[in-house]
Amino acid sequence: MTRRHLTALAALLVFGFVRLPIELHIEGKARAARFHGVKLDRGVFEKVGQMGFVAALSGFRAVVADAFWIHAYGVWERVDWAAMKIDFDIVTTLQPRCVLFWDNSAWHMWANASIAALEDRKQPRAALRLKAQREYWRLGEDYLLRGIANNPDSAKLHTSLGSLYRDRFQDHAKAAEVYARGAALPDAPVYLHRFAAYELAKCPGREREAYEKLLAFYRKGEDEHLPTLLKHLGELQEKLNVPADQKVNTSPPPAKP
Amino acid sequence: MTAPAATPHKSFSLARVYAIGSNTLLELVRLKVFYFLLLFALLGIGVSFFTSKMTFQEQSQVLKHAALGMMSIFTWLLAVLATAMLLPKDIEERTLYTILAKPVPRLEYLLGKLTGVLALLAIALVVMVAMFTLVLYAQQQSALAAVASQLAPGPDLEAARQQVRADTFTANLVPGIALIYVKAAVCAAVTLLLSTFASSAIFTIIVSVMVFIIGHVQPIAREYLMITEKGASELARFFLGLVALLIPDMRAFTLLDDLAVAIPFELFMQTAGLGVLYVTVYFLVGYLVFAGKEL
Repeated sequence: MTRRHLTALAALLVFGFVRLPIELHIEGKARAARFHGVKLDRGVFEKVGQMGFVAALSGFRAVVADAFWIHAYGVWERVDWAAMKIDFDIVTTLQPRCVLFWDNSAWHMWANASIAALEDRKQPRAALRLKAQREYWRLGEDYLLRGIANNPDSAKLHTSLGSLYRDRFQDHAKAAEVYARGAALPDAPVYLHRFAAYELAKCPGREREAYEKLLAFYRKGEDEHLPTLLKHLGELQEKLNVPADQKVNTSPPPAKP
Repeated sequence: MTAPAATPHKSFSLARVYAIGSNTLLELVRLKVFYFLLLFALLGIGVSFFTSKMTFQEQSQVLKHAALGMMSIFTWLLAVLATAMLLPKDIEERTLYTILAKPVPRLEYLLGKLTGVLALLAIALVVMVAMFTLVLYAQQQSALAAVASQLAPGPDLEAARQQVRADTFTANLVPGIALIYVKAAVCAAVTLLLSTFASSAIFTIIVSVMVFIIGHVQPIAREYLMITEKGASELARFFLGLVALLIPDMRAFTLLDDLAVAIPFELFMQTAGLGVLYVTVYFLVGYLVFAGKEL
């Protein structure tokens, strides 16, 4: 090794010290913008294998995740739900900021796998089929909850979780709560506000709260006089014994020519 | 008849750098390096085949990830392989001696070589981006046609169209692709530095690939270096400190791994600036070694 080589090495070390604070600053900014959030640890290694792990480490995490997503579709054609879940776990671990992966993984579990479990001809006992169906709902719920934990700003995941509580678990209080949280997000669709109120209307003891919310929508104008809103409002007026002079007209508007 | 007055020799000339750079680019193009684009196109077709049963959003997402991943891989490989063979090839063909026998400083020679590789990377990336945009546009048009056939004209159709457009061309594609280029440029500069003291191209390639891989875990080494509490092994800190100080942070440029997250402009500019700093310093250190190299 010549003197020049040693000088070059020393220059690289000095540059290393100079750039450390710059790198730390950029790393901090990236983390604040929610980048580099994935911890590639032993758990990921066991899931993706040696090659996948090296590829993920080398900056090709998204490509590895996509390869497993494509693989999951192949597994879906063979109707192997357990293998699909393994693939979904890998994909969501590698791409926790991708809402689509969380949403679709959840959907495959609570919709497709749960129906397959309910109609499983190999299982003669209906009680066990129903139990399996509920377990798949729980798996779907788990994906959505973890998806929301990683993407708290996603109205899409809140919508899906609210619909899961509403349509499958029939848990209207939870559905109302999730819809309301989703409705507060910047990219929330307009209907999410109404959905929260509709679900609240189905919760015993919270009729007054639901009525106030629905009434507020009603008073916004004719565009909000939607059939479901009018139906819930009419039912609540009866339930809450709203005086006749305070009742609003909940009969459906005449059809436009 | 009097002889024309000789123009004074400049100690540094951009024209000479340009001449060496354009010759380097020409040499690399003659090596048919662009054949890899065929592979890129084939991979694109392969991805389209595998994703044919997916929804439009999934197709678009997978296509983007795969295409950007391939761009990243190809530009990296191109940067490493093309740069690693520059000096050994010139020495073997004795072109280096012919050039340096003329009044061409070694700085200009090295800068010309790096410029040639950077131009090659830029051309390759532009072609890949053009192919990718074309496929993405075709996919978008097909999705828009499908939406139009499913929904009646009205606000729902317009909302669905907007959703399709938003799912296809996302705003972070441009800074993300620019960072792919910066990352490849850093790889080229590191490889050039290695090749100034390496004895063979194979050695340069192997070490450069290792630097690339280790560079992605460099933040972990850096984190360990910053640990101040007792319990952290001094020996481990020393070795990880060397990694943190000698190896560039390649993960900083891998923002496209989280395609769903928008890249803030300030973060993009700072990351690109860090890349330019890496390229400049590694090039200058490379020159320091090359300037004293016995040829």
